Amino acid sequence: MADDATTTDDAPVEDAPATDEGREAVLAELTEHLGDAVVDSLIKPGLGLWVRVANEAWSETAEVVRHKAGFRFFDFISAVDWLPSPYGRYEDATVDVPWPPPMPDRSQAVPGYTGGDTRLQVLASVAKPGTDLRIHLKADVADDDPRIGTWIRTYAGAAWHEREAHEMFGITFEGNPDLRHIYLPTEFEGHPLRKEFPLLARVVKPWPGIVDVEPMPGEDEAEGEGDEG
Amino acid sequence: MTLLSDEQQLAYMNAQAADGRINVELETDDGMTLNMGPQHPATHGTLRLVARLDGEQVISADVLCGYMHRGYEKLCEVRSYPQVTTLVNRIDWLGSFANEVPFILAAEQLMEIEVPDRAKWIRTILFEMSRLANISLFIGDLSLQLGAQTPAFLAFRDREFVLNQIEAVTGGRFHPNFDRIGGLKDDLPKGWIADTKAAMVRIREFCDLMDALVLGNEIFQMRMRGVGIIPADLALSYGLSGANLRGSGVDWDLRRDSNIGLAYDQVDFKVWTHPDGDSYSRSWVRVQEVREATKIIDQLCDSMPGGPIMAKVPRIIKVPEGEAYVATENPLGEMGYYLVSKGDTGPFRVKIRSASFNNISIVPWLLKGVYVPDIIAILGSLYFILGDIDR
Repeated sequence: MADDATTTDDAPVEDAPATDEGREAVLAELTEHLGDAVVDSLIKPGLGLWVRVANEAWSETAEVVRHKAGFRFFDFISAVDWLPSPYGRYEDATVDVPWPPPMPDRSQAVPGYTGGDTRLQVLASVAKPGTDLRIHLKADVADDDPRIGTWIRTYAGAAWHEREAHEMFGITFEGNPDLRHIYLPTEFEGHPLRKEFPLLARVVKPWPGIVDVEPMPGEDEAEGEGDEG
Repeated sequence: MTLLSDEQQLAYMNAQAADGRINVELETDDGMTLNMGPQHPATHGTLRLVARLDGEQVISADVLCGYMHRGYEKLCEVRSYPQVTTLVNRIDWLGSFANEVPFILAAEQLMEIEVPDRAKWIRTILFEMSRLANISLFIGDLSLQLGAQTPAFLAFRDREFVLNQIEAVTGGRFHPNFDRIGGLKDDLPKGWIADTKAAMVRIREFCDLMDALVLGNEIFQMRMRGVGIIPADLALSYGLSGANLRGSGVDWDLRRDSNIGLAYDQVDFKVWTHPDGDSYSRSWVRVQEVREATKIIDQLCDSMPGGPIMAKVPRIIKVPEGEAYVATENPLGEMGYYLVSKGDTGPFRVKIRSASFNNISIVPWLLKGVYVPDIIAILGSLYFILGDIDR
């Protein structure tokens, strides 16, 4: 499944029903109402529906999915930073590596499902009550000044989630009047969930648990009984 | 450390003084400010509520959370997959095992692992046991907040029957850390199923007791009925889930309606809803859910299949590149993990959708216009765990 990360909705998935009529219908309805604003989409039959919309159409998308498509249940709004972490997974103590480590090149930010052109992407999820249907919506936000429309006029619960995404990623939700910090202290600087924000506890002292389990003698890495010892 | 100028120092002292002022009840021109928390018996931890009052009535309320924010989403990015379950155990600490399940299911979905039936059954039983442990305490805790002490002691006493069973399987009473990608760490101990059925009888007796002692109590009904009414459409718009949503009459339960890879399609249970949408209906739905959970556990104990408890998984777990969102019906409501993997031994990004964060976000709306004693009843009936809000 690794190679259909950037493909479109016609990517077949093995060992699963080849079509998913429920999700196809939802996607068709969204495309009908939003037109060109639907940039890309992906259906994993039986598992999920991903739709990427244009940044300008973000607020309108919320209206369409709630009032036209009937996805009245608000799940969450968050974001993904697609840049690889410059610190890796903190395998090494800082004495061994130059500090601060060089930032990864912008071109190394590889987006996931439904693609993307920017480093940061807003990610939201809504569901249809009483069913198993969910839409995962994505939209690109500019690297230097990440901005996007708000959802608070459509989903009341979006207000707190936008506050969280604002403090964690620095994304401004235009139209949300209350973007105070929700978890962090008011005077906190920086956006902790961006990849360049160091996890200081790990910088000071490397994590002992990072050591990978070594394969048993005479055993291939890919095999084993699943025992984590 | 840099020295502050006089002006900076003055500004700092003013800010401190302002912070201090809000900690006392303060009379101003436009009403009074009432501060609850961060440490308050009615907030199950460190949640702070600042309400503007006009006499006994709330004009506006603001919820300040984050006193327990531990940054799990960031920490997940530096852990390997088996290590993450240890972390997420601490999100909803009263129903810990239920936190592990959606994360493991999401990883299994990306790895395309089919879990053996026996593991599915045991997972579902332990999942429902977390619900019992969590919600039985809710009933006791709610009555404690409303001034009745006896139900709290009964709840702590009868919760032990469930915790003992969880401990017998997992070795941990509160943080089992028992779920593994591909199955479970261990099989059930000998004689466990008979003990479990005996415990379920005790829990059903506890429910009957609570029906008579709490839900049927006249004072309880007067405090809870017609207080904190949430319309169904608003509940959906705020993303309320679990009993808070079903207490508003929305017939939706992920255990029944979602194909999530647990054994719920093998059992017969009823999803209770209540049309009123007030504090009483939320509490009532929870008590019914405890009853249904005991029935689910009984049925699964009867139909327990044999076989292995672990699928074949590599010793070093690497989840293939992709994205998955799996949500389950946890004791507090919908809990989901949006997992982004880049094919590494640890997740690239994990978004934790916890139930209480959404459930509590309706509080500023809900408290407008209520009276001060109702704040306690409403917060208690919404039922949140601080670790589940702050993550």
